[in-house]
Amino acid sequence: MCLAIPSKIINVNGYNALVDVMGARREVSLMLLPEEAKEGDYVLVHAGFAIQKVDEETAQDSLNLLREIAEKLEAEGY
Amino acid sequence: MKKADAIRGYLERIMQKIGRPVRLMEVCGTHTVSIFRHGIRSLLPEGLELLSGPGCPVCVTSIEDIDRAIKISEQSGAILTTFGDMMRVPGSYRSFYEARAEGADIRFVYSPSDALRLAKKTPERKVVFFGAGFETTSPLVASVIKVALEEGIKNFYVYSVHKLVPPALRALLQDKEVRVDGFILPGHVSTIIGIRPYEFLASEFNRPGVITGFSPDEIIEGVGMLLRQIASGRAEIEIQYKKVVRPEGNPQALKILYEVFSEADSYWRGIGNIPLSGLEPSERYSFVDAKRVFDISVQSKPEPKACSCGEVLRGVKKPTDCPLFGKACTPERPVGACMVSTEGSCSAYYRYGRY
Repeated sequence: MCLAIPSKIINVNGYNALVDVMGARREVSLMLLPEEAKEGDYVLVHAGFAIQKVDEETAQDSLNLLREIAEKLEAEGY
Repeated sequence: MKKADAIRGYLERIMQKIGRPVRLMEVCGTHTVSIFRHGIRSLLPEGLELLSGPGCPVCVTSIEDIDRAIKISEQSGAILTTFGDMMRVPGSYRSFYEARAEGADIRFVYSPSDALRLAKKTPERKVVFFGAGFETTSPLVASVIKVALEEGIKNFYVYSVHKLVPPALRALLQDKEVRVDGFILPGHVSTIIGIRPYEFLASEFNRPGVITGFSPDEIIEGVGMLLRQIASGRAEIEIQYKKVVRPEGNPQALKILYEVFSEADSYWRGIGNIPLSGLEPSERYSFVDAKRVFDISVQSKPEPKACSCGEVLRGVKKPTDCPLFGKACTPERPVGACMVSTEGSCSAYYRYGRY
């Protein structure tokens, strides 16, 4: 439940941003972010809120892990 | 296979130095699932045991809170909203899903923001968000409550069952039945709260803790860091998940969290009441508190007697020690809290049941 997914910021609009989460586009809130974020930055997103900035390498590593889990889930018929 | 042998050898060497059995506990549902899914228990040397603690907020939500939320959903004009994971949790008589099938307006949302949006769209209804989750989730709900106040939205309420991780760890260590030598601490909860709230583990209880990421390599590294501390007689709070977690946590999220919520006693399913382990809207925000606004009088049934969830959550019993496990209690028809959510220990044992 406490999983946060790395997402890339497409554009920032005040306290909100449009992000790319594993290929899907979503509007997320930046209200809880302790620092400013801009287009191209990666953030961890939990239930519609960015909670931390991360570097691209960290983001890609976590995304690869999530993809692997998603593929396994699919293979198991979920 | 080579890698597995190398890992086992590495952990075995530290275990030899320690020279006695070691029990480590994780308290995060995402760790539970990752440990099972990647078969990490099969890599452990003899004498090293990994326990799953109360790391799933869905699992520890009390029967009475489910009953009260259902009662709210049956009141005129109410819409109850919650995260999808909560829908199947059994109350005394019904789950949210079952109450919905009988006509209650209960909807699941992806984000608490969706619940606020629904309140704006339907001003004639009373929209209640059933807020479950640890410190990763509660700041989100706090910020939505702040927005509701700022935008003057009067038909949005929150039923908070939010819980705090550190007081639960204290309760475990004060429990004489519980034997844990160190904690694999949650990665994303700690992204918010940082190191400080865990320091009592080391200073008061002499137990090490390592804030750990979620990939198999990160978990192994976290376990190794804990064992090295034990081997050298240290007890400190360290961060393995350094690329994400900062020692101070997320000050912005903490500020909003404690502006909106105050700590209060909270009842954990399977464990009981833990002092100051929950969050309720503070006085200034009491107008959103569904527990004050709605009639929540219910007669709840006690937790099913044969269910060993309490012992499982405290690491005293394994899921397979429970007489109901896999028979009367399965993920499709859960009796106890630990079988309900995919992140519960019983559910993980059942799905990946090699232990």
